[in-house]
Amino acid sequence: MKTFLCAALLTVPLCAQTYVIKNATVMTVSKGTFKGSILVKDGKIAEVGEKVMEPAGAKVIDASNQYVIPGIIDCHSHIAVDGGVNEGSISVSSMVDIKDVLNPEDIAIYRALAGGVTTANILHGSANAIGGKTLPIKMRWGKDAQGMIFEGATPGIKFALGENPKRAGNPTGMAINGQAQQGRYPATRMGVEDVIREAFNNAKIYKAEWDAYDAKKTGIPPRKDLQMEALKEVLEGKRFVHSHCYRADEILMLLRIADDYGFKVRTLQHVLEGYKVAKEIAAHGAGASTFSDWWSYKVEAFDAIPYNAAIMQKKGVLVSLNSDDAELMRHLNSEAGKAVKYGGLSETEALAMVTLNPAKQLGIDNRVGSIEVGKDADLVIYDKFPLSDYAKVQKVLIDGMVYFDRDNEVSGRSGKQAEKQKLIDKEKQQRAPQGAPGRRVGL
Amino acid sequence: MKNLVTALFLCCALAFAQSHPAVAIHNAKIVTVSGSVINKGTVVVRNGLIEAVGENVAVPADAMLVEGEGLTVYPGLIDALSTWGQPGGAPAPTATATASRGGRGATTTATPAATPAPATQTAAAPARGPEDRPQTTSWVKIADEISNTDRRIETARAAGFTTAVTFPTRGIFAGQGAVIDLLSGEKSGEMVVASPTGQYISLTSGGRGGGMGRSFPSALMGYIAYVRQIYLDAAHYQLVKDTYAKNPIGMARPEYDRALEGVLDSPRILLPANRLVEMDRMLHLAADLKQPVLLYGGRESFRPEAAALLKKYNASILLSMRWPEASRDADPDEVDSMRTLETRDKAALAPAMLQKAGVKFALYSDGLDQPRDLQRAVKKALDNGLSREDALRALTLSPAEIYGVANRLGSIEAGKIANLVVTRGDIFDDRTKVEMTIVDGRKYVPAPDASPAGGRGATNEPGVN
Repeated sequence: MKTFLCAALLTVPLCAQTYVIKNATVMTVSKGTFKGSILVKDGKIAEVGEKVMEPAGAKVIDASNQYVIPGIIDCHSHIAVDGGVNEGSISVSSMVDIKDVLNPEDIAIYRALAGGVTTANILHGSANAIGGKTLPIKMRWGKDAQGMIFEGATPGIKFALGENPKRAGNPTGMAINGQAQQGRYPATRMGVEDVIREAFNNAKIYKAEWDAYDAKKTGIPPRKDLQMEALKEVLEGKRFVHSHCYRADEILMLLRIADDYGFKVRTLQHVLEGYKVAKEIAAHGAGASTFSDWWSYKVEAFDAIPYNAAIMQKKGVLVSLNSDDAELMRHLNSEAGKAVKYGGLSETEALAMVTLNPAKQLGIDNRVGSIEVGKDADLVIYDKFPLSDYAKVQKVLIDGMVYFDRDNEVSGRSGKQAEKQKLIDKEKQQRAPQGAPGRRVGL
Repeated sequence: MKNLVTALFLCCALAFAQSHPAVAIHNAKIVTVSGSVINKGTVVVRNGLIEAVGENVAVPADAMLVEGEGLTVYPGLIDALSTWGQPGGAPAPTATATASRGGRGATTTATPAATPAPATQTAAAPARGPEDRPQTTSWVKIADEISNTDRRIETARAAGFTTAVTFPTRGIFAGQGAVIDLLSGEKSGEMVVASPTGQYISLTSGGRGGGMGRSFPSALMGYIAYVRQIYLDAAHYQLVKDTYAKNPIGMARPEYDRALEGVLDSPRILLPANRLVEMDRMLHLAADLKQPVLLYGGRESFRPEAAALLKKYNASILLSMRWPEASRDADPDEVDSMRTLETRDKAALAPAMLQKAGVKFALYSDGLDQPRDLQRAVKKALDNGLSREDALRALTLSPAEIYGVANRLGSIEAGKIANLVVTRGDIFDDRTKVEMTIVDGRKYVPAPDASPAGGRGATNEPGVN
């Protein structure tokens, strides 16, 4: 029966079968590192230990001299989005949803997969003080958009502070092509704060209307407003706030707004000056998702230090390292490695910054983020020590299925190239000058 | 004899704009589409309707006789998604494809169609949200705008088309389409067969910098959010209106909203989908909106997943006959992706694939309006495995069924509208001449240079593909 079902799912690369990954150095992140094996069954991690049961029919993956880590989780990515990552026309674009525009065919998904990433938080851009709705996806390359979505995960919303939301809307009304443009409010950091407060004032009124209706359920229900609906969910704690920010002052500003309106900031993104206000961040309970050593690309990103992640962590903040970029996303393992050098974190602590910590920040640590019995079998096998620049991903499993296999990838390249060349040649031939006069040549 | 027939045709073309007596086409091969082919039979047309069809139908005494020896009679072809019959060279409908790349903010979108914004939307006052009803003219009924002076009516007729399902195409909610008969020189109102036939929705995303436009919406997700909000509003509007109609005493009068009126009037929505991802996305959206949906574009529907998807949602699709080709101006050193190469190679397989899978589809002109181009486009589908019968069906009875007008159009049956095309030879052969078309019982003979063999080449019309 099971094989029958599997055969029906043609687009899925491989069936969830039973695997035993043997003789590996297993970096569980939550329960230490040891030499041993992992039993993968029904998409879950069934057993972890120096010796595990080997059920009949299980496929053995010999990982001698290799390393296994939990699938890497990127808390900040913009891949797999069709038709623009910003709805930049307005300052509160909470009606838009990344879920509507997921592109499961974006090659960046496969490339991220090849870099060991199994889950990513797909965010709206930072052009708006309050941006669009977001959600985590799994890199199930080959599945459709719905099949990518991390089922059951709490959805999020993107906020943005500082220069991007104030500049993106052409606030000075600068002419474009000789035509005067109406600028978008806000033009200052004060304005950014005002936009967020105003939006939550409206959301509170909206929520009150709905609460009153829901209590009685009589008469005509209020109009459903997608823009307000998302903020209502934030107030109800059903939607996580992930806010783009750099400077200490704007970080504190947002935490104050959240306290005033009674919601929590789930994560601060980038948060390059987080080390200056780490205590306050910890007190609020917000997570911080930062870069390892990427800054100075603009003035508000000047005051950054490579010790940011380590300092915040030591002050009690839950810290992760993210990519914000399709390329950087492919080597988050070595980004984590930098936290060992800058700030002296242990290898496990560093690895946690791209696995267990982002899982906690996204509220999915019951499913992913570490190698523990019962968790999803999202695993990455490296040929060398994973925090090293020289480590190469050998295999990636998601839900117990192999979605990336380096051997298959490399050996399949010539075939794919030949197939492509055939099409190129065919097209060239068809476009060549026509033959005998009077004869019609197909287009 | 042949001269006589020709003379008769010429007569008809000149004289029958006003009166249309009964016509009988005698001894012709009749391809009814709905039933079996009649190898030698008679069709009688009277008062704009098909009076009788069959092998042993008597020619009425008062009917003008057309000697049909060597001729074949087909139902008039239907362009399932068109702008024919509209004034001022309306842009052809295009299912705009959005391109995407990974990386931060690197997503770029091609906007081939420089569709002008409707008059309600000016650069001076950018829309600030769904409540401004951006790019919306959902209340426009194209039936009210039909113009019989569109010169494409004549070229389309010369290609065997008697009917078009014509839609307004500007904006997100562009308005309501209509089934029209391609008549010349009559009152425009006479052309309309059915209205409204559906709401034409386009989602041309990505202004400056892909979503950084001045006016809402500017990214694809904004467009989709807008469509979602409109249907939420429409449902609420309906509820308030119904409540008020029941008992207006003591209740504030609901504000009239023409955008929502237009949406509520639509029997179905047309959504653009070329890529597989777009088909999935649009079918999912329509299911969320609980609206009957018709996809248009269909460039990647040669992929087996497409047919499976359409079957899963029990949806029909309109396939563009403008098969993708490499741009003539493309950089020869730039190699397209495998996906693009494959799509160009295999797009014309789509009709045959969908036919085999049992998915209902119809073909549409997508900006082609010259007989030779239209014929070549069909030929390409035939070369890729579509049978002639199925091609004919996709241009006659299938579109009629899709739009719910199969009880009056799409096949040669007694009682249906007399829309016929008469050819010498098989309609899809490249040497075949359209001898005449009958639209609403009126005969038209194509101008000598307008027949498929002598038409001019493709127009490089902007706003197409």
